[in-house]
Amino acid sequence: MPRFTFHRLWAIVLKEFIQMRRDRVTFGMMVGIPLLQLMLFGFAINSDPRHLPTALRLGDQGPYVRTFVAALRQSDYFTVVREAATEAEAAQLLQRGEVQFVINIPEDFTRRLLRGERPTILLEADATDPAATGPAVAAARVLAGNVFDRDLQGPLVALRGRPGPVDLQVHAHYNPENITQYNIVPGLMGVVLTMTMVVITALAITRERERGTMENLLATPVRPAEVMVGKIIPYIIVGYIQVTLILLAARFLFQVPMVGSLPLLYGVAFLFITASLAVGVTFSTLAQNQLQAVQMAFFFFLPSILLSGFMFPFRGMPEWAQWIGSILPLTHFLRIVRGIMLKGSDFADIAPELWPLLLFLAVAMAIGVKRYRQTLD
Amino acid sequence: MTGELAIDVTGVTKRFGAKTVVNQVDLQVRRGEIYGFLGPNGSGKTTFIRMLCGLLIPDAGRGTCLGFDVLTQQAEIKRQVGYMTQRFSYYEDLSIRENLDFIARIYAVPDRRAAVDRSLEQLGLANRSHQLAGQLSGGWKQRLALAASLIHTPQLLLLDEPTAGVDPKARREFWDEIHRLAATGLTVLITTHYMDEAERCHRLAYLAYGNLLARGTVAEVVASARLTTWIVRGPELAALADSLRGRPGVEQVVAFGNTLHVSGRDAALLAAAVGAVRDSRHTWTLGQAGLEDVFIGLMDAARDNFA
Ligand SMILES: Nc1ncnc2c1ncn2[C@@H]1O[C@H](COP(=O)(O)OP(=O)(O)OP(=O)(O)O)[C@@H](O)[C@H]1O
Ligand SMILES: [Mg+2]
Repeated sequence: MPRFTFHRLWAIVLKEFIQMRRDRVTFGMMVGIPLLQLMLFGFAINSDPRHLPTALRLGDQGPYVRTFVAALRQSDYFTVVREAATEAEAAQLLQRGEVQFVINIPEDFTRRLLRGERPTILLEADATDPAATGPAVAAARVLAGNVFDRDLQGPLVALRGRPGPVDLQVHAHYNPENITQYNIVPGLMGVVLTMTMVVITALAITRERERGTMENLLATPVRPAEVMVGKIIPYIIVGYIQVTLILLAARFLFQVPMVGSLPLLYGVAFLFITASLAVGVTFSTLAQNQLQAVQMAFFFFLPSILLSGFMFPFRGMPEWAQWIGSILPLTHFLRIVRGIMLKGSDFADIAPELWPLLLFLAVAMAIGVKRYRQTLD
Repeated sequence: MTGELAIDVTGVTKRFGAKTVVNQVDLQVRRGEIYGFLGPNGSGKTTFIRMLCGLLIPDAGRGTCLGFDVLTQQAEIKRQVGYMTQRFSYYEDLSIRENLDFIARIYAVPDRRAAVDRSLEQLGLANRSHQLAGQLSGGWKQRLALAASLIHTPQLLLLDEPTAGVDPKARREFWDEIHRLAATGLTVLITTHYMDEAERCHRLAYLAYGNLLARGTVAEVVASARLTTWIVRGPELAALADSLRGRPGVEQVVAFGNTLHVSGRDAALLAAAVGAVRDSRHTWTLGQAGLEDVFIGLMDAARDNFA
């Protein structure tokens, strides 16, 4: 029986590369889709919202307090719309969504500041949409650290610098520390890869069949595995371009931290990209024409986006949905990416998510190779 | 690889659903032979060729191709066969050179670059090698396909209507090339609808509705048809043709420019029919039936028997 050979594999790879390069529209889409998605989500997240409605509850009206409030107004992030007399009134304003922030200044603020006792400024935030509050909170922190510097003269100079003359406490209501971009942007990497990788290879073999080039290919000694692997390899590179684009955007557009190891992430991405491509090629062997192939790809894409934990929290889904979700490669890749980027997971941490990916890849490839018809029947 | 026969198959049958497209075909082709494969549209020529090179699995029949079993050793067969499909099936978004290079890599042609260069040179496309195959005219596509099917120096060449849409000069060059290759020992099985091409084959087979109706050299095929043909010259041939058609014994009446060919298998009946319309304005000579007359006769008879 003739074996898999690398010269034939290489012939297919080269051919696919040339065809990919010639097909400018498709190639453009593969780079364009991630960018477009990022932009859409970028606007939806609106990472730098300003002029957020703010209420003040001032227990003290001293000059230092006036300095702080004036600086707040100047920062653009805060628009003071109300003064609340009581704690209850302030709480109600937040509850109703009339303001995004309440800034509380205690009664003995000035006295304690001058004594160097670091009085507390309490910033209460409606963090339902954490993306909306994040930058404003960050701005308030900076202000609290240095706004009094000009007023602190003579013996008070010592209060400048660290840890600062006041203690800014942030109290995030409703959604403590759930930061949207942190979740969405890494998740987007998996979603974009699933979408483009599956579709692009789903077309790979059906295209040959529709254009009639399959007859020629089948008349040569080329083996099914050579065709399939040969069609996958060029798109692995495209997948890595997408990963890189999204990581760059995550870093510089959305300030998502990269806590863990970048090489580890790139390494694991290989498995996920290959698995997605294998699904596509397998669809390609099942479909009669290109339209069917695209339909199959979308049929796969929908549960991937809905049941993987990208759209809805995985643990909140009913058991059957979790079960389906656990089969999908995106579910495991999402956990891996979030783990590496946000929690700094190492290889041992993500290993439990690797096995399902590997298994999925093996099964998809096996079905594809088995279904690849070596005749025109 | 042993034996004199490049192709030796018996009882080859292929059905698509209920329809038998190739029915119990036996075919023997000698090494170094140019074998013509003729038949009307839809007679199963392409289907038969696809079974020879492993693209379709026969429903019945057995045999060998280049000494390999057509049912079990398709992979070995594919390595030694060059197949030129009826419809252009190279990559239109690859350049001429890239297409040749791709095929050469697949077959692991030794000294690939030189082989591709040589092929481009022979093709006369050396200076247009970077043009996309999709931009070539129909005839040039055919030539490219032929060059590509030869690049791995196969033992057997299966050509499915290679000269459809090719101009006369190129067609003649093509056939010169085929004869030159056959002289080096290459076996060629070629389908065509052109009679002049059929006559340039060493032997022929005629297929209609999946059945092999005739085979042999041109002379043998013509002789086996036992067709008598009268050639008529003179005025108002169209009217004469009308009055001849339908008479017993007259199977074909075909106008060729200034002559009319009247043919039938039963010489006596035909002579009687001719006698009834014969007049002094026309000259009547008993002539040699042409291949075309024979094939049209076979096709008409086949329609009565199988269709
Ligand atoms: N894949 C298929 N499925 C069903 N029927 C088919 C298939 N391929 C061919 N046929 C039928 O088989 C018959 C023979 O087709 P084939 O292509 O072999 O004819 P051919 O002799 O090559 O004709 P032509 O001279 O027009 O090329 C036709 O009736 C065709 O419709
Ligand atoms: Mg045909």
